[in-house]
Amino acid sequence: MNQNNQSAEIIKKIQSSTRRGNLITYGIVLAAYIVMQSLVSTGHISSLLKGLLVPVCVYVIAAVSLNLVVGISGELSLGHAGFMCVGAYASSFFTNAYGDGLPNWFRLILAIIVGAAAAGLFGILIGVPVLRLKGDYLAIVTLAFGEIIKNLINVLYAGVDSNGIHISTKSAMDLNMGPDGKQIIKGALGISGTPRLSTFTAGVVLIIITLFIVQNLMNSRAGRAIMSTRDNRIAAESIGIPVTKYKLLAFAVSAALAGAAGVLYSHNLASLSTAKFDYNTSILVLVFVVLGGIGNIRGSIIAAVILTVLPEMLRGLSAYRMLIYAVILIAMMLFNWAPAAISWRERMMERLPFGRKKRTGEED
Amino acid sequence: MAMLEVSRLSISFGGLHAVDDFNVTIEKGQLYGLIGPNGAGKTTVFNLLTGVYKPNEGIVRLDGVDITGKNTVEVNRLGIARTFQNIRLFKDMPVLDNVKVGFHNQKSYSVLTGILKLPKYHRTENEMNQKAMEILDVFGLASEAAVKAGNLPYGKQRKLEIARALATDPKLLLLDEPAAGMNPNETAELMDTIRFVRDHFDMTILLIEHDMKLVAGICEKLTVLNFGRVLCQGETSEVLSDPAVITAYLGE
Ligand SMILES: Nc1ncnc2c1ncn2[C@@H]1O[C@H](COP(=O)(O)OP(=O)(O)OP(=O)(O)O)[C@@H](O)[C@H]1O
Ligand SMILES: [Mg+2]
Repeated sequence: MNQNNQSAEIIKKIQSSTRRGNLITYGIVLAAYIVMQSLVSTGHISSLLKGLLVPVCVYVIAAVSLNLVVGISGELSLGHAGFMCVGAYASSFFTNAYGDGLPNWFRLILAIIVGAAAAGLFGILIGVPVLRLKGDYLAIVTLAFGEIIKNLINVLYAGVDSNGIHISTKSAMDLNMGPDGKQIIKGALGISGTPRLSTFTAGVVLIIITLFIVQNLMNSRAGRAIMSTRDNRIAAESIGIPVTKYKLLAFAVSAALAGAAGVLYSHNLASLSTAKFDYNTSILVLVFVVLGGIGNIRGSIIAAVILTVLPEMLRGLSAYRMLIYAVILIAMMLFNWAPAAISWRERMMERLPFGRKKRTGEED
Repeated sequence: MAMLEVSRLSISFGGLHAVDDFNVTIEKGQLYGLIGPNGAGKTTVFNLLTGVYKPNEGIVRLDGVDITGKNTVEVNRLGIARTFQNIRLFKDMPVLDNVKVGFHNQKSYSVLTGILKLPKYHRTENEMNQKAMEILDVFGLASEAAVKAGNLPYGKQRKLEIARALATDPKLLLLDEPAAGMNPNETAELMDTIRFVRDHFDMTILLIEHDMKLVAGICEKLTVLNFGRVLCQGETSEVLSDPAVITAYLGE
């Protein structure tokens, strides 16, 4: 009996500590939202900063979702911007094609669902063949995927008329649309005229939803299975965890959330092109994740905010800008010399060709 | 019917016959030892039993079911759990979660139930927590439930691996050198724990061990492996006094 009480107490302690951690994260987001909202409503904010509110939300969601793959499932993905791109284009196409006359908030919700679903589907399509392979292929294939997606969309023409959706990869003429047709995706010119449905409030709500999904997933049966495949694949198999299935789950959820970030992005601009979704953006988001601490969700949020706002704030200091930026990067890196980051490095080192020797006798 | 029945099991790597014509029969509830010099093929036998390697030849039957050639995940679902010679814990996860993840195929709820924290989530998690603490208690690890597995001292890591294996509710437990790196006190304690696990969980256990005191102390039967082949098999006391076994251990 005494033993049981003791156990119950330990469990309670563990549960309340995770709950506290999660609540702090939500709290930080809400506090930041309230501060920024009151600054906006009292006019105490530069137009520069105001213009950054939605993009910051986009990058926060992108970073948190990438952390699900990199930090929680332990795989390196270099094509996160590709999934954002899919979400952005699918949702902008949808918004331009349908939903005229519906209330804005409802149109945005529909757009988010469409964008997240499209990106999630791409996540599964890419993940099924790739996650089956053991080793380093994912990083390379996701990098290639990001670029391929960008180039495919660059030659994509699409529109709608009363007969439905028309798609071509040659030219607008090849769409063969009826007289009531409306051309939406115009090849390299992208999509223009998307209604600007994204708001700061919508962005923060989406961040909260993302946190809810990722944090609750981490504390569930599936989350533990995902983390077990990260920590030791062979041991995970030995206790009956289907490794590929759970790596795929993490990858698909991450892709869907990146797609949602893409929706927020594309509905914040009048014109959308693929230029913003190249590997530079993928690497940038990865930098947020690494600097914020691998596997550390709160860290991803903070790093994404600081590193998105900072370069813009420093514009006035033109000459010193990059210097200060670099110093802050280094400071954050030192700050995050956390054990989680260190063990991740070890895992990645094991995968490098010269680190392979460690692997012989792995099946012991 | 025997719990484990292995016949003519063989595998070679290149030209090396790592395991050659291996046979063993283990009855339910037995504590069985697999011994032999370094490189004899003991761990390879475990890898063959658990589907890490596919045998070139032979049949493995668990509780009457043919499990030959099944993959590791299936083998665990069918009832074999193991520990590893070089510890393989989920070292960035807490001790508690290392055991809870072992319940994966026993206690289940959907991904969505987990994300939305529906009532079934709370119910199942409570069951898991309680059962995990019970198992941890057997190994004296309950008070360290919140500690990261990688931060446990070595001896406790070995115990946690056994706890995790037990969480999968196996019929047969394979322990690969469970006392490796332990001092005599820890080893003596481990022997008690292994006996307790057998009695308390009604477990069948096959263990590899170099520590002869442990082997002589708790194993009822032994198989000696040498150069991948069975050298000798039978009651522990008989096997340990067999001249061929003594020669194999002391060198020609
Ligand atoms: N994957 C593999 N590829 C090639 N050779 C292997 C492989 N696995 C094991 N071996 C070889 O098979 C033989 C048996 O190895 P095994 O690890 O089973 O020995 P062991 O009896 O467990 O030894 P120890 O007591 O040192 O753990 C060794 O010669 C080893 O080098
Ligand atoms: Mg061995």
